[in-house]
Amino acid sequence: MTDQVLPQVTDLPSTIAALKERFPNAVKDDTRNGYEGVIVDAASLPDFARVIRDEYGFNYLSSLTAVDYLGHGDHLEVVYHAFRVPSGGKPLVFKAQTDRQDAVIPSLVSIYPGADFQEREAYDLYGIHFAGHPNLKRILLWEGFEGHPMRKDYHEAYYEQETKPFDTRWPGGHVFRGEEYNPFGHNVRYPAGFTLDDYKPQSEADFQQSMALGVDIMGDPAFRTDRLVVNLGPHHPSTHGVFRMMVALTGETIESLEPVMGYLHRNHEKIGERNTWYGNMPFTDRLDYICSMCNNLAYAITVEQMMGGQVSVPYRAEVIRVLMAELTRITNHLWSIGFLLNDLGAFFTPALYAIQTREYILDFFEATAGSRMMCNYMRIGGVFKDLPQRIRSEAALINDRVRDMDTLEYLEQLINDRLPRSIDELDELLSESEIIKSRCIGVGLLPAEMAIAYSASGPLLRASGVPYDIRRANPYSIYPELEFDICTRPNGDIYDRYYLRLDEMRQSVRILKQILPRLKDTQGQPIFGGKTSYSIKVPAGEAYGFAENPKGELGFYLVSMGGGNPWRYHVRAPSFINLTPLGEMCKGHKVADVVAVLGSIDIVLGETDR
Amino acid sequence: MYGSGILKGLGVTFRHLITTFIDDIQWLGRKRDVDVFQQKQSLANRGLVTVEYPDEKLAVPERFRFTPFLITYNQDDPDYPGKDWCTSCGICAKVCPPQCIWIVRGTDPKTGRPKPEPEQFYIDIDICMNCGYCAEYCPFDAIKMDHNYELASYERTSAHIHDKARLSREIRYWQSIAPTIAAEEEAARGGYDHTDVQKARKKAGLEPSRPGPYAAKPAEPEPAPAAVAVAEPPAAAAPQIEASKTESAPAPKAEATPPASAADGETPPHPGWVKRGKRWIDPNAKVEPVRRKGKGE
Amino acid sequence: MSNGEINLRDLQHPDIPVPEEMQSNIAVTSLSSLYNWARSRSIWPMLFGLACCAIEMIATAASRFDLARFGMEVMRASPRQADLMIVSGTVTKKMVVPIVRLYNQMPEPKYVLAMGACASGGGPFKEGYNVVSGIDKYIPVDVYVPGCPPTPQALLYGLIALQKKIERQSLGVGASVPWYGGGPSEEVPIPILGPDIIDPRHAELLRKEAQKNRPTPTVSEALAESAQPESA
Ligand code: SF4
Ligand code: SF4
Ligand code: SF4
Repeated sequence: MTDQVLPQVTDLPSTIAALKERFPNAVKDDTRNGYEGVIVDAASLPDFARVIRDEYGFNYLSSLTAVDYLGHGDHLEVVYHAFRVPSGGKPLVFKAQTDRQDAVIPSLVSIYPGADFQEREAYDLYGIHFAGHPNLKRILLWEGFEGHPMRKDYHEAYYEQETKPFDTRWPGGHVFRGEEYNPFGHNVRYPAGFTLDDYKPQSEADFQQSMALGVDIMGDPAFRTDRLVVNLGPHHPSTHGVFRMMVALTGETIESLEPVMGYLHRNHEKIGERNTWYGNMPFTDRLDYICSMCNNLAYAITVEQMMGGQVSVPYRAEVIRVLMAELTRITNHLWSIGFLLNDLGAFFTPALYAIQTREYILDFFEATAGSRMMCNYMRIGGVFKDLPQRIRSEAALINDRVRDMDTLEYLEQLINDRLPRSIDELDELLSESEIIKSRCIGVGLLPAEMAIAYSASGPLLRASGVPYDIRRANPYSIYPELEFDICTRPNGDIYDRYYLRLDEMRQSVRILKQILPRLKDTQGQPIFGGKTSYSIKVPAGEAYGFAENPKGELGFYLVSMGGGNPWRYHVRAPSFINLTPLGEMCKGHKVADVVAVLGSIDIVLGETDR
Repeated sequence: MYGSGILKGLGVTFRHLITTFIDDIQWLGRKRDVDVFQQKQSLANRGLVTVEYPDEKLAVPERFRFTPFLITYNQDDPDYPGKDWCTSCGICAKVCPPQCIWIVRGTDPKTGRPKPEPEQFYIDIDICMNCGYCAEYCPFDAIKMDHNYELASYERTSAHIHDKARLSREIRYWQSIAPTIAAEEEAARGGYDHTDVQKARKKAGLEPSRPGPYAAKPAEPEPAPAAVAVAEPPAAAAPQIEASKTESAPAPKAEATPPASAADGETPPHPGWVKRGKRWIDPNAKVEPVRRKGKGE
Repeated sequence: MSNGEINLRDLQHPDIPVPEEMQSNIAVTSLSSLYNWARSRSIWPMLFGLACCAIEMIATAASRFDLARFGMEVMRASPRQADLMIVSGTVTKKMVVPIVRLYNQMPEPKYVLAMGACASGGGPFKEGYNVVSGIDKYIPVDVYVPGCPPTPQALLYGLIALQKKIERQSLGVGASVPWYGGGPSEEVPIPILGPDIIDPRHAELLRKEAQKNRPTPTVSEALAESAQPESA
């Protein structure tokens, strides 16, 4: 990324020491109990960022988020986590603080383009102004929304209490629905004195203007040129959910593209800060709802990190966790390949094959965790239950012997036979097809430098030739003892992303084959080493836990004040951040390629919008 | 050759087409037989996969969780007929992530002191996320996850907040839908009875726990009878719907049936199950309003 | 519907007297049952997914559960060609605007199935500031399928319930649905994204509330308020 010779400082403490020397007044240690990293003076933040990127090799700004310390210093804090990619290692954490009333922090977009959407999100939800941001607008909510909802003093219409459990539920739990206590009977809250009479909502034309796309000149009687604004979504068959893109076209060619999101913004983080530590586990299922097991895992390891020595995950639990994570990776990649092909116009046949294979894995999840998709399986310190003896049901409804099979036998057949067969079949069906090649090769290019600069992660990053996989770069669980390769592809186009996913599935099968004997060896060993109580308290402090999810780096930034609920619960969503380079990737291509590029990034809206 | 990749891909789809037709032909007229169904759903399968719901249904595993329900003693229990297992301790209401459980703790009418029994118990299934925490953390095995997913309704204001009457199910229902788990729990409790009941019995100098109507049996791998049909024969289903409409307590029939089935010379998969046609069913579980329709019907 | 042959609306015309005993005319009833039979077996859903539940909806459409057995495999991306809107997932305030617009664009007869806890009544995210507590706050819903997410079989059960509902609808006099009765139903006014989502039907109520000159109370405030009179 830079031609300079990187200094030989590799370990984090000496880097921090050197940085403190370099910025004697602006950088100081974060001395709060349980916190790490440094606090940087807001004014010297851009300089600091440039130095760590260019001189210390922290070229990848993974996560950027804000915390509202209302009542604990009454300031807003922006927290950054920067990594070295591809060499890996622990992140450098730096923070900048600002006043709650007049919150301004210099923007880092010019140094880390990947900060773009994340800064907009912090602006949207916390009202922090990032000075110098090229396009600082609301991203998840709409312009005109009242207030910044993630601030601690923001109360929504159905607000009952600061933290769960609510007192009204027990022992005097007289049931009511939230809407019964709202004058409108809806989940709405208006500012004082608000009426509709002279209210002018933002019009679509303003909206387009604000997207810096210009006005749609189709309506202009003097329409002569062929520059055209096209709106894709939020209801569009190919956007993988409720995602919207504003595209400015010259003829068929894309001039610029702006993603518009927030159509599935369901306030995951706000609710997460109210939930108990355990209560968040089933909510993480609903982030990337195709990969609930992996989300559970990332959340569990983050909280375990905060609990320190209080919990220890038994070996068998780790084995089961990896089993689940890798099966999930296969489901996700099957799904994403199927739907990429949908987007390319191969409507439904590849998706049908992919879904059919996925069903077998879901059967196993259902038998083990109780639900096909929303597994809620990991616990802090282990997993929910051991694998069932047999995959079957004695349910009275039907005497179905279909799944009356020994679980290990089922897994063996699945891993040794069924999954490889399905992967090969997809390969045979698709990889050499000339149509796919001509649609995919050379389209949606993302060079390696750009991928890193834009904080792309997961298959998107690796398809651009960057061998960065958190399972290797920052190992967790039992990945260090498992053999697998980090797949990469050289070109960073749609085809490479497709093919990389095929390769990754094969690697996952390879991991699973190593898991099988471990499952047998550890049979009967404990699967839970945490606290059995229904509510846990987590020591005060912060933690950033992250895992290699099928879609990229899923991180949780959690802050605890020592109680039963997180103070801050932030999700570093790969689907969200991987969209940052979408505009760049689409530029110059035809409008039909947009959906293919989007499909190759593989997003899930539950995670993008949270 | 240009186009060979496409042809190769088309070969795959063609193979699928052919295998499904072969399956269709070889299973002509037997499509709903249980062994055919088994083949269709097995991992080795390459052709037809469709589960022809509602004629055939994919069985749900024991751990399957849909909406929660409350456990009570069987109505025909000699000592504690229909007694709630819930002690109104409030743990489920506290642990529930979206806070959709509402419990009014019972009070003793005489002393006015709280007593371990819920007066009212509500679950708003429009909020419930089927996470299973309530069942997992309940210390008395009093709340469990139901397997009945056929809950569609035409009206939600009245149908979607389940009250105590709607939630309560006899323990035999739980034993029938999740026999292995129920047996494990029974072993952990130290007997069939509710933990508090066991304590009370011990105090009174009785045997702590009575043997349950279904004795706890170890999970045998192969209890299913030789011939089982997957589909529910419509003829058999009809009277059950009738029965569910009467909403009568399902209990009394239980004792009468087992001898009849034993006479066949076959052992039922569970004590108390009866044979209807070719398949075993649990007469008590069936009476539950499994096919409950919405209000609008 | 039918041009030239039988104009069912005419039957309702006040100038054409329909004798009492003819109102449940056998021709109309058998026509409606035939018509309903055909309709209930060719419901085209809109290809439209919102959240997690949409994944289960797609799984339902795939080979294992196969919606095609019910004549529903034709998922139409355009609302103009769809009969059924499966609201599959969390409805956010930002998204309800396009949903209502799509609903208005669907030709009648049209049906709505609320799939999952979220679409029915808010779901686990109900308390959120950007979540609509049930799509039936804006558009009429025919069938609710609870569950989070409903399994494919649960969704199929809901779709069968919808078929049954359609089969019971009568075409003739006293039709239970607006489009066979007094003409096309009214469009649902499109919500406005203001400081919070605004249902235009609430304009009057808003004016009334505005006079109180305070932000709309939260549930906790309303609870405290309602508790006060008792204690006082
Ligand atoms: S946790 Fe169990 S015993 Fe306690 S209130 Fe809930 S259902 Fe009743
Ligand atoms: S299943 Fe989960 S969400 Fe539903 S009532 Fe139980 S704890 Fe609450
Ligand atoms: S009901 Fe559950 S599964 Fe469905 S959209 Fe809502 S949260 Fe997701």
